[in-house]
Amino acid sequence: MQEALIAAARHWSADGAPAQPRGWLLQTATRRMVDQWRSDTARREREIRVASEPETGTAAEVDDTLTVLFLCCHPVLSPTSAIALTLRAVGGLTTAEIARAFLVPESTMAQRISRAKQRVAGERFSMPSPEERPDRRRSVLRVLYLMFNEGYVGSTGDDLTRVDLSDEAIRLARHVHAADDDPEVVGLLALMLLTDARRPARTDESGTPVTLADQDRSLWDHARIAEGTALLDGAIGRGAVGEYQLQAAIAAIHDSATTADATDWPQILALYELLERMTASPVVALNRAVAAAMVHGPAAGLAVLDGVDGTLPRVDQLKAHLHELAGAHDLALTHYRRAAGRATNVAERRYLDAQVARLAGGSA
Amino acid sequence: MARYLLIVDFQSGPDESPMSEWTDDEVAAHLNYYGRLNAELIANGELVGGEVLTGPDLAKVVRSDGVTPVITDGPFQEFKEWIAGYQIVDVESEERALEIAGLVSAVPGRGGVPTQQPIQVRRIMDDGPSGVEEMNAYLETASNPR
Repeated sequence: MQEALIAAARHWSADGAPAQPRGWLLQTATRRMVDQWRSDTARREREIRVASEPETGTAAEVDDTLTVLFLCCHPVLSPTSAIALTLRAVGGLTTAEIARAFLVPESTMAQRISRAKQRVAGERFSMPSPEERPDRRRSVLRVLYLMFNEGYVGSTGDDLTRVDLSDEAIRLARHVHAADDDPEVVGLLALMLLTDARRPARTDESGTPVTLADQDRSLWDHARIAEGTALLDGAIGRGAVGEYQLQAAIAAIHDSATTADATDWPQILALYELLERMTASPVVALNRAVAAAMVHGPAAGLAVLDGVDGTLPRVDQLKAHLHELAGAHDLALTHYRRAAGRATNVAERRYLDAQVARLAGGSA
Repeated sequence: MARYLLIVDFQSGPDESPMSEWTDDEVAAHLNYYGRLNAELIANGELVGGEVLTGPDLAKVVRSDGVTPVITDGPFQEFKEWIAGYQIVDVESEERALEIAGLVSAVPGRGGVPTQQPIQVRRIMDDGPSGVEEMNAYLETASNPR
């Protein structure tokens, strides 16, 4: 599967190969899709009265919900505002639930949502035209991706009062997918499933992150992995290869390795190289450095990091780790210290302080 | 999103005259500026909270061994080091937090001139990395060396 993706992506270029989005299936919403939608509606009473009262009905309701989703993810909004508005208007969460999910007071979130509503109130309440759809779809996918992010990284605690944003993002991505099987829509849903599958093993009892290599893979959700992999298999080669498919393919390689040692790092490295060409993201470069180190050794990883902005999160931690593997303990200690000073969450700080103590103790 | 604590203390900017020497209009302009700024931050959904603190006379320090708390006056620090007030903002980027801090520092003082008070900007700890890619980079950092 991943070989096919690499082959497909090699033909991709930044300005060539325009996306060939499949037409939206809004006008031909099937009974099955409506039924699926209804069952979800039963689970949580949705509120889609954001810009207009929706017609009651079946297919029309589905259409309206997608229209509202596109409106909530309008590019005039900042991602944060778009996420909040989407959760309120499409996800049907209360403002209090959304506020708790983002750890801000309800009044703050109420203002944010209210301001976002005002901003989109003047926008047309209809699905974007076929010409606009690829761009607008990208905005929708970006918002759902960031929503998933929030839940994924914020879910280390087991605070039962917090709504699970990852689950919400997956649910919404399923609905977009039901109406649009554009390969990137499929890619994003697959990415979410393949990533979320590792959640049970991602942190220990104290909430400390467990590295991929140390995770108990028997805890992974293998049904989710199978679903994500099947989705990805179906998407590849059907159209333009995009960043979500590539990220999903990388997640699939990790998920398919029965042990950490069995990970196909050369393929992951090749995929990160493609992803970096496509996105020019420094965070992707950081990931490529990890893969390069796994394939060619710590010096190769450090060489990649030479070209990466050193103030980015996790650059120091990775340098420290690679220097230690290369036997340069003093450099490792320096970078672990710097990383600890720049930590932005408590679990991370604890982990990095422990590394500093371990190395400092060992050399004293 | 990341949350930042913006701290205002009693250090002055270039103009060291205390507020008691300002005209009523100057004080009003100063307070109105803060009011407008906070209203804007509230309307944006960026302001998480903010308060003005009482002065050193009401401050206490508590130490406890878990049995008997000991309460004393203090802390004893230079007046200008006392925290006068704070705001907590939840913003898209550090750039935005610094921009808001700049607006706080530009609050008008005597003669309507920006006070240029120093504003401390402290990032509040998150409860997780700020993205899947970052999280994966963190988790993929091979195994913990043992």
